[in-house]
Amino acid sequence: MAEGFHIVVCAGMVPDPLQTLEPVIGPNGPGLKNEMMLPAVLDPWAASALYEAAQVVAQHPGSKLWLVSLGPKAKLQQVMMTIAQKVSFELVPVDGPIGGFPDAHATAAALADAIGALQGLNRERLLLFGGWESATRGAGITLQWTGELLGITDQFQGVDQITLRADGSFEVLERVEGGKHQVSVCAGAPAVLGWATGNLAEPRNNPQTGMANMRGIMPALQKAKQVKLADNTLSYRAVNLPAQQRETRIEKNLTADEIAQEIVQWIAAE
Amino acid sequence: MDCGGVMSMEKILVLTHVDESGAALTRASLETVTAGMELAAALGAELAIGVVGQKAETAAQALAGTGARLLTVSGDAFAQARYASDAAACEAICRAAACSVVLAPASSRIARVAAGVAHRLGGFLDTHITGLDCAEGVAVTRWFYRQRMEAVLSRTARPWFLLLDAGTHPAFAGEPGPVTVEAVNVALPEQRTVVEGYREPARDAQTIRPDAKLLFVAGAGWTKKQPDGQIHGSEAAEQIKQFLLLTGASLGSSKSLVDQSGDNETVLPFLTHMNQIGQTGATPRHAKGLSTCCHGEEPHVVGWRFIGERRAISLDANCGWTRGKADVVYVADAFQVVSRVNTLLANRAT
Repeated sequence: MAEGFHIVVCAGMVPDPLQTLEPVIGPNGPGLKNEMMLPAVLDPWAASALYEAAQVVAQHPGSKLWLVSLGPKAKLQQVMMTIAQKVSFELVPVDGPIGGFPDAHATAAALADAIGALQGLNRERLLLFGGWESATRGAGITLQWTGELLGITDQFQGVDQITLRADGSFEVLERVEGGKHQVSVCAGAPAVLGWATGNLAEPRNNPQTGMANMRGIMPALQKAKQVKLADNTLSYRAVNLPAQQRETRIEKNLTADEIAQEIVQWIAAE
Repeated sequence: MDCGGVMSMEKILVLTHVDESGAALTRASLETVTAGMELAAALGAELAIGVVGQKAETAAQALAGTGARLLTVSGDAFAQARYASDAAACEAICRAAACSVVLAPASSRIARVAAGVAHRLGGFLDTHITGLDCAEGVAVTRWFYRQRMEAVLSRTARPWFLLLDAGTHPAFAGEPGPVTVEAVNVALPEQRTVVEGYREPARDAQTIRPDAKLLFVAGAGWTKKQPDGQIHGSEAAEQIKQFLLLTGASLGSSKSLVDQSGDNETVLPFLTHMNQIGQTGATPRHAKGLSTCCHGEEPHVVGWRFIGERRAISLDANCGWTRGKADVVYVADAFQVVSRVNTLLANRAT
């Protein structure tokens, strides 16, 4: 594509997967205990989308990459200290609540507003990237809803690979049931691509990239628009940790043969 | 129907689609039919079922025993899953059925378009539903934070779209028969996407088997140094491959093992990110699960949420993640145990 792509990556923040999570009910509904104290990372699937987007931009001169992220400014700043070192992008922060319990529909509306207001965005060249689900709500709604709000009617979810062609069209591999990929060819932008893991490894930190990014990130954070994600149609009746604990039998003194015998019998049992 | 208002009387629509044959409903669709019938019966509500696919009328014959109003969208344009055509088809069925609650399977085909359809209908969507309740109005159960906590929620707005996770209801299995269907016309938008087919590993190399009874989870320990100080990657690959061949099990993997491929370390050649279970992977449903050489929350808590009987082989007797999560933990060397298991299974087979 001669003019390149305008890629907008929507990415949320999630608690570090190694943290223990506990729900609490607050005045605004459910949330996580000590949520603001938990270390956060960029949502893993959205991070895959960001790395794939950066590769597309690098391979197609004239392309541009925006990262749109909704969350409290302090959290965004913390996460950007790491992510900014990975790839070059322009951050579009939206100051709002973090977590899995705010409604995905309201989140999508806030993201669509932010994208619609981007200076210099050419919607005919727009590829809207993000994770196909988040590691918080896991709704698989936000990106699709945002795409609809922006009037994009070519959408792909569970994407592991795109191959861009010289005429601007691209081949997409989407995950479907049974460990297979569906292969489609799209005529070109605009399109929504909700990424699964993709094929790229996490880029190594590059301090120079980080410094260049942070020059734009800090002013953007200061100017971040504040949004409220109120949704009066949604109510939570209960939020609980699973209580089921199993009585675990620890077998320390069986030989490999005895264990194998037991496992084979267990597999064969109906 | 007033799509923006609160309904005092629910009307249920089950949205389904055909499988790759084009003329039969998917298993997940039939499970959703069961859920719809149960919900409609509990609420005393009308039930409609919509079918999308190349030969939707033929597929609808399997629903003869439901007694539901049947609506279909058929034709070559719907032979394959594509956003523009599927969204238009689902939107047309939803408008024709004019229902307040729409149930659909959380299949890749429906999940791709459900949010768009709900938006066009002025509705709301919740996904990964694992339970339905209607004691005090319709309420649903779903998991948050990748199966770490469970919530019950409800909405006042309608239409309310609900995508049900596979395996939460038995599949509908009524006698097929002649049915009266209402063919719904669809105004198709311009098609900018062409579906060319599927890409999958060679038949004997496919290690993801959703219908398997057993899930075998391989952890990073398989590619670590063994007691002789050496890494035995190829031996690990051979043992696991043989186990999968002999048992027909599906293969899952921990994130750490899959990620090693990006760091140019020794990995199992048949593993991809699609095998990954846990926080950034799948949460499959199988009757039994056997984890080997795993350590951490990913395989034992998140990835195993919907596994029935769980056993683990680990060298770490004090692994806190297996305790309370697995039924049995064998403290042993997985290389030795799986090798002997394979021998026993091979002997049985002959």
